Amino acid sequence: MRLLLTTLIALPLATGALAQNDCANGLTLEDGKLTIATGNPAYYPWVMDDAPESKQGFEAAVAYAVANEMGFSDDQVVWVRSSFDEAIQPGAKNFDFNLQQYSITPERDEIVDFSVPYYSAAMAVLTRAPVVEGGAEATIDSLKGLIWGADANTTAVPMLGEVIAPEKDPLLYGDNTDVVEAMKANQIDAALFDLPTALYLSAVVLDDGVILGQFPAERSESPDSFGLLFEEGNPLKSCVDTALNALKADGRLAAIEAEWLSETTGVPVIE
Amino acid sequence: MALTRRQAYEARVKRRSTTIAAGSTLAVIVATLILVPLAPGWPAVKKSFFNAEVFADTFPGLLNAFLLDVAIFAWSAPLIFVLGLLVALARDVRAPAAYPLRLFAIVYTDIFRGVPVILVIYLVGFGIPGLGLPRPWNSPYIWGTVALVLTYAAYVAEVFRTGIESIHQSQRAAAASLGLSEADTMRYVILPQAIRKVVPANMNLFIALQKDVALLSFIGPVEIFRQAGVYKSLMANFTPYVGAALIFLAITIPATRYADYLLAKQRRARS
Amino acid sequence: MTALLETRSLQKSFGTNAVCKGIDLSVGRGEMVCLIGSSGSGKSTLLKCLNLLEPIDDGEILLDGEDISIPGLDPQPVRQRIGMVFQSFNLFPHMTAVENAMLAPRRVHGKDRATLLPEITGLFERFGLADRMAHYPDQLSGGQQQRVAIVRALAMKPEIMLFDEITSALDPELVGEVLDALRELREAGMTMILATHEMGFARELADKVCFLDAGMIHEEGPPEQVLSNPEKARTRAFLRRLL
Repeated sequence: MRLLLTTLIALPLATGALAQNDCANGLTLEDGKLTIATGNPAYYPWVMDDAPESKQGFEAAVAYAVANEMGFSDDQVVWVRSSFDEAIQPGAKNFDFNLQQYSITPERDEIVDFSVPYYSAAMAVLTRAPVVEGGAEATIDSLKGLIWGADANTTAVPMLGEVIAPEKDPLLYGDNTDVVEAMKANQIDAALFDLPTALYLSAVVLDDGVILGQFPAERSESPDSFGLLFEEGNPLKSCVDTALNALKADGRLAAIEAEWLSETTGVPVIE
Repeated sequence: MALTRRQAYEARVKRRSTTIAAGSTLAVIVATLILVPLAPGWPAVKKSFFNAEVFADTFPGLLNAFLLDVAIFAWSAPLIFVLGLLVALARDVRAPAAYPLRLFAIVYTDIFRGVPVILVIYLVGFGIPGLGLPRPWNSPYIWGTVALVLTYAAYVAEVFRTGIESIHQSQRAAAASLGLSEADTMRYVILPQAIRKVVPANMNLFIALQKDVALLSFIGPVEIFRQAGVYKSLMANFTPYVGAALIFLAITIPATRYADYLLAKQRRARS
Repeated sequence: MTALLETRSLQKSFGTNAVCKGIDLSVGRGEMVCLIGSSGSGKSTLLKCLNLLEPIDDGEILLDGEDISIPGLDPQPVRQRIGMVFQSFNLFPHMTAVENAMLAPRRVHGKDRATLLPEITGLFERFGLADRMAHYPDQLSGGQQQRVAIVRALAMKPEIMLFDEITSALDPELVGEVLDALRELREAGMTMILATHEMGFARELADKVCFLDAGMIHEEGPPEQVLSNPEKARTRAFLRRLL
C-alpha cells in the first residue's frame, strides 16, 4: 500500500521530468544525442575560435540553449561539420539540425525545412578606408558607383541587385576569405555581408576595414532571417521550434544576442 | 541489279548486327528509365537535380552567363596559341647565346604543367593585383586570363614541340641545301607542317580550356559555373548545375567528335 | 685549268666510324663525275660534306679555288652555289610544286613571285612539268616529284649540282624520265656530281667515274676504263656483283 502510494506520488513527478525530453524522443539520429552541424570552418562571432563545443559565440550559445531546452545535457550534444551543399543535397543527413547563418527563403524551404528564425540580420556594407577617402558615402547613389563583391552562396547576392543595383556587374566569390582577398587586391570597392560578419571582417581580417552603414533587417521586403536547417520533413522541427519560441518568450535568446552581437548597435543606417 | 553471293551474305550479316545493336541499346535505356525511378531516393534526387521548374527559371540566365565563358575563351585561345608557339620555338633554339632562353622555356613548361590550374588562377588572380596595381590593370579578368594563358601555353608548347620534332630531318636538310637560313627553314618549312600535324592534339587541349574557363569564377567573374552556384544557393537546388553541364556538353561534344574525326583522318593518311 | 670543286684528303667520321678516310676528288667546270660503290662506301656522306650539310673533320674543300671548309664559316652562301637533289625527293609537302621551287629564291634572293614566275615556268617546261606546277607533291608520281626537286634546286641558279642516288627510290618505269632530265642538264653544260647505281647512264655520259670503297677513292678514270677494264680487283668484284 505504501509502495503503491509512493508510486502514485512519484509518477507525476517522473512524467513531469520526462515531459521535457519527450518531444525529441526517438527523433534524433542517435537516441540520447543531439547532433548539430556547423560550418567548416565556423567564423567569429558565430562560433569563437572554430570550437563550437566551447559554447562560445552566438550560434554555439544558441545551439546549447536549444539543446538544454529540449532536455539534452551539454554532454549529449555532438558537433559535426558540413558545407552548404551537403546540407541541401538529397538523401540522409548526418545531423539533426544545422546552423551556419542560413537565411530562410521560400525556395530553399521547398528542399529543406527551417526552424522559426533565431536571428534577423541586418545587411552591412563593408569597405576599406581608401574607398571612403575616395568619396564613397552611405547613400544609395554613391554606392551604385562602386565595384561590388559578395559571397555567392549568400542572400547578399539578390539583395545587391534589389537594393543597390550597382552600375557594374558585381564579382562573386566562394567564401568570405576570397571576398576579402579581392578587396585587398583592390579589385572590388565594397561587399555586402550580414552585419555581424561584416563587423568581424572589418575589425579582425582587414587592416583598413570600414563599415559604411547597414540596411536594417526590416528594410528589405523579405528580411534576412537565420533559421536552423533540417532535412525536409524532419519531425524534430516542431520540438526545436517549441524550444526556440520558449527561449524568445522569456528573453534568453535576446540575452545571448546581447552577449555576442552587442557591437551591431551604433552602425549608421543607409537611407 | 542482282547481288553477288558474297554481297547478299554481307548484307544479311550487317542487318543482323544492326538489329542486335539497336535491341541491346534499347534494352539498356528502358532498364535505366524503369529502374532508376524505382530507387527509394529518386523523388528527392529528381526534385534536387532534375527539377523542371527550376531548370526553366534558370536556363536563360545560365546561357547568358555562358557568353562570358565564350568571351574569355575567345580572347585566351589566340594568346595561348602564340605563347605556346614561342615557348616551343625557344626550346628548339640551338645557339649557345640563347641557352638561357631554352632553359627558361624548359623550366616554364615544367612548372606550369605541374601545378593545378586553380592554384595558378588564385596566385596570379589575387596575388599580382595585390601588389598594388592601379585599376583597370588589377582586373580579375586580366589576371585570370593571364593564369589560363600561362598554364595552357605550357601544354600547347609541348604539343608544338612534339610536332616540330616529328618533322623528318630530311626536310631540314632539303631546306638547308637550298641556302635557307635556320629561321626561314623553321618558319616556312617546319612550322607549317608541324602545326597542321598537331591540330587534333591542340583541339583536345582547347576543349579542356573551354571547360577550365569556369575556374575563373573563383576570383570573381560571374560566368556560368558561378551563376549556377548562385541559383543553387538561392533555391537550394542542384538543377542549375545540370543545366550548366548541358550547355557545356552542347559545345564540347561536337568539338570532341570533330577532333576525333581529324585524328582518324590523319591516321588514315599516314597508313 | 683549276677545278670548280676539289677536295683534298677529306676526312669524316661519325663517332668511331670513319666514313671518308682522305678523299681527293676534282671536278672541272662543266664536267660530270659519277661516284659508284656499294652502300656504306661513303658516297652519300661525301656529297653531304660537299655542300656543308655535314661538317668535315679534316682536309679541305675548295669551291672555285676558295676554301669553303674552314670551321665556323657561314654555310648558307656556299649552299646557294651548290644545288642538291636527294634520293627521297624531300619536297615540301605543304607547298605546290611551283611554291617549292620559288621558296628559296624568294627568301634568300628576296625576289617576288611575279619576277620569278617566267623563269620558274621556263624550268618546269624544260623538264616536262608545265601542267604540274599547281600540284602538291602527293599528287605527283615519284618521277615527277624528283624532277620537281631538280627544278627546285636549279631555281637557285647553282654553279654545281649534287645528285644523291636520285633514281634509287623510283619504280623502274619512272627511272627513264629522271635520267632524261639529267641528260638535258648535262647537255646544257651543268657541272654535276652523281652518286649512282645506273652504270649504263654513267658509261654514256660521265667524264669521270670514281669507285669508292671503304671511305677511299679506290679507282678513278674515264668510264670506259673504270667500268669496262677496271685495274683493281675490288672494282671488278663490285661490277661483277652488279651485273
